[in-house]
Amino acid sequence: MSALDLRPAPAPAPRLRRILRHARMETVLVARNGEQLLLALVIPLGLILGQAVAGERLGIAREPFVASVIALGLWSTGFTSLAITTAFERRYGVLERLVATPLRRTDLMLGKAAMVTAVALAQAAVLALAGVAAGWSPRPSIAQTAVAAGVVVLSLAAFSGLALVLAGRASAELTLGLANLVYLLGAAGGLLVPVAAFPAWAQPVISLLPTTALGETLRTWAGGGVDALPLIVVAVWAVAALALARKVFRWTS
Amino acid sequence: MPAALSLTDVRLRLGGRAVLDGLGLVAAPAEVTAVLGPNGAGKTTMIRCCTGLLTPDSGRVEVLGAPPGSASANSRVGLMPQATGAWSGVRPRELLAYLASLHATPLPVADVVDALGIGPFAGTPYRRLSGGQQQLVNLAGAIIGRPELVFLDEPTAGLDPHARREVWTLVRALRDAGVAVLLTTHAMDEAEQLADHVVLIDAGRGVADGSVAELTAGGSLEQLFLELTRPGSAA
Repeated sequence: MSALDLRPAPAPAPRLRRILRHARMETVLVARNGEQLLLALVIPLGLILGQAVAGERLGIAREPFVASVIALGLWSTGFTSLAITTAFERRYGVLERLVATPLRRTDLMLGKAAMVTAVALAQAAVLALAGVAAGWSPRPSIAQTAVAAGVVVLSLAAFSGLALVLAGRASAELTLGLANLVYLLGAAGGLLVPVAAFPAWAQPVISLLPTTALGETLRTWAGGGVDALPLIVVAVWAVAALALARKVFRWTS
Repeated sequence: MPAALSLTDVRLRLGGRAVLDGLGLVAAPAEVTAVLGPNGAGKTTMIRCCTGLLTPDSGRVEVLGAPPGSASANSRVGLMPQATGAWSGVRPRELLAYLASLHATPLPVADVVDALGIGPFAGTPYRRLSGGQQQLVNLAGAIIGRPELVFLDEPTAGLDPHARREVWTLVRALRDAGVAVLLTTHAMDEAEQLADHVVLIDAGRGVADGSVAELTAGGSLEQLFLELTRPGSAA
């Protein structure tokens, strides 16, 4: 004990370093979590492989399907994983501890955003490469590439806001169950299933979901079309979800 | 010397119940202040008010001369939470390295690991540590930023007598180095051994305040505790 110089000398690290170190810590923990890897990579890779093997027989076209799977992966990272990890951070008192450090609450949220971005980029790259290896050949236009970039960023923001709303109010166990259920609903609601496959009466509602906006945008991108309307949908969702998260999030369980 | 921590007539209701009901206390630099009270007396809530996690309905809290939860206050304090306080999959060495990285001039992680005997389990995921091992990691996390004020919420709960004595030695070393230590405990012997100043609280308000010698002039600290507090009074 005598080896420690315990004389007070507190000083915060520079802000950028705090944010990046927090992002790195969360990224390492996500990468180490088997359940999250299952959602982020194993299931999407399995779907791409399944399409490559049996897609033609089942009438599932490769070009839109791989784009849909990438959208599904981003959904799992932006919503499901973030909700579950944050709920358990509340449960385990991680947030309570971090409040009493130089890490400000905005630093923590920016660190989480950086983690989600890093994981999403890596995930999209891996899934796209797997798709290409399986014969996927998207034909994107420059205009839709710009739209897709905006929609991906805004949908990740919207998903993250929704994740924080759920994780910031519900217990860890409830969040775990609901986040997985909502993951499946999102997959069915516009991510894997195109809006055109729904009954005509349901299509206007389904089109307004952020999951649909992301799925349709990436499918349009892969197919060479242009559609900027989803940008408005995800922008509204992002603003509303983040505002709600800011209002309702609780730091302790 | 100005107080490291002061609470004046702090009141907070949660769920319709008065959890803090006019609480006041002062903790000085280079002193150990022990806050004693039965379960539910408001000890952890008081610490949450000091870190800005909860905002009192009324009253005044000042942490190192700054408002609780401010950047100035929170970058100069250390907190050892009562339970868990870490990601389940994190390893102690990487948790401490992460916490150290938030500070400009932290204690060397290796030295803290050695001093607290964390080395043998420094690479074990936090969820696989025993309660006592988790406590030591939490304590290490509280001091790694070289704080001026540390909050230790029941720091020796679940520790064996050897580890308990080690923690006591560390608390004394912190005080001797000039750190203001505020610890909550149910252990009367711990308060008697460590505290320069004892605050006894019950149902969210102070019922006795003084040095150990002052409070034990008419009997033991435990006798005083039993006389002035009600079992599960605020639970």
